[in-house]
Amino acid sequence: MKEIIAKIVSLITDNQVYRSVFRHGYPTTDANRALIMFSSVILHLHPVRIRRGALKIRFTWCLGGLTFFFFLLLAITGVFLMFYYVPDTRRAYNDIKDLGTVVYFGSLFRNMHRWSAHAMVLSVWLHMTRVFFTGSYKPPREFNWVVGVILLVLTLVLSWTGYLLPWDQLALWAVTVGSKMAEATPLLGNAGPFGPEIGMTPENDIRFVLLGGTVVGQSALLRFYVLHCLALPLVSAVLMAVHFWRIRKDGFSGPL
Amino acid sequence: MEKVDISALIKNEAEKTRSPEDTVLVWPNLVYIELICMLFATACLMFLSVISPAPLEELASADTTPNPTKAPWYFLGLQELLVYFDPWLAGVVLPTMIIIGLIIIPYVDPNPKGKGYYTFSERKFSMLGFSFGLGLWYILIVVGVWTRGLDWSWYWPWSDPHIHMSVTAVKLIDLELIIQNMFGISETPVITLGRYAPTVSHIITVLLFLGYYAIGFTIPFLLFRNFFNQLGIIRYNLMMFFFLSMSGVMLKMLLRLTFNIKYLLVTPWFKI
Repeated sequence: MKEIIAKIVSLITDNQVYRSVFRHGYPTTDANRALIMFSSVILHLHPVRIRRGALKIRFTWCLGGLTFFFFLLLAITGVFLMFYYVPDTRRAYNDIKDLGTVVYFGSLFRNMHRWSAHAMVLSVWLHMTRVFFTGSYKPPREFNWVVGVILLVLTLVLSWTGYLLPWDQLALWAVTVGSKMAEATPLLGNAGPFGPEIGMTPENDIRFVLLGGTVVGQSALLRFYVLHCLALPLVSAVLMAVHFWRIRKDGFSGPL
Repeated sequence: MEKVDISALIKNEAEKTRSPEDTVLVWPNLVYIELICMLFATACLMFLSVISPAPLEELASADTTPNPTKAPWYFLGLQELLVYFDPWLAGVVLPTMIIIGLIIIPYVDPNPKGKGYYTFSERKFSMLGFSFGLGLWYILIVVGVWTRGLDWSWYWPWSDPHIHMSVTAVKLIDLELIIQNMFGISETPVITLGRYAPTVSHIITVLLFLGYYAIGFTIPFLLFRNFFNQLGIIRYNLMMFFFLSMSGVMLKMLLRLTFNIKYLLVTPWFKI
């Protein structure tokens, strides 16, 4: 039996095609286990060896990794949802309804997308709390904490822009509440301190820029859609690359 | 330009990652933990997706305003602050200050201890300060999500959510008017500068407001000089500004809840 398995394994791994993809054998030897970390674009986020302390789950609680994983899940489920959704106020709501009634696995993907978003907000908060409690922001990791805070803000804005897309009452009014606050921005909003004094009206202030109009309507839906599906994920991805890169450069803060 | 010793840098880098003692291979040790973690998280999310599907209410309509209108849960802390502060503070200035305050944390915490392990005793102030802010944030969210109902009134879990709470006879009053009535100060402005016409009681509120920060900045400087010296003047002032503002939010909430004070400071342009 063992021989048969070995034969099958060598049949799969000892050929030009497998080698062209993986460049080394299956990681059962230490040499191949090191090589896989070098040659795989995804795995090379990690070093080849880490200190034993970094494995301790009760140090990191896997929160940073989970946050990244939720981001990936959101990207995958999000692309699926984009096939069925048009950011048009006349059909957006019906598209979401169709996801729950007509589209195969539509409701599963929508529910997964929603729960991953909640989970990501929560895990990013908990991750920040953990990093604070272990003092991992202290030198030389100050800048990575700053990148992390920006990623936290991006996560919240990503969630918030997604909130509008179903175009139901919940979406419209949650975003209306948020954009009312933008109106009150000092200097930049028409209802904020010193806003009217420097010439802010509902038609030229920061809320107008955010919504593309004076009310949450078609322009706002399109803006939020583009921000949610394209602009913010791209910015987040770039900052995540910086975040992970800096972890590698600054080293792991945990116990030896 | 400082001369960089490349060979030392490389050696340092190598030691960080490749010192043979007490290190383990990432494959399989870490990779497998991550895989299990991802599978577990996916299973949880699938379970949640099945038992609690995403809501979809009626089609958006500008004609019917739901009551109450709630922001997403992660912003409900800020929305709850609207009870105590005007929108420019609750929705814009305070969140901005939270973000900036978080960003400067590594730069105002000079304590070298407690790096890479959980400790409370070696960094009591920073742990307490951070936990205070965090606690406030979560409490406000819990209040916003579970106890706010019609007209943003307080609803216990056992109250009927469909009946409007009777409007209580609580009248909110500005601090300025309290001072004016208490000491019988005249209402006539001391001076009139366009829209700005400060009365004596208004000037007292301004002094009280500035006095809060002034006293707050001074007391630790006088009593805990070591603390001040450790931080240095720039770090101290930055940190104290954000710390006092955070405490000030709590203080204003308490004043509003106990003495029904609406605004501490009223100007023609903004109210706090």
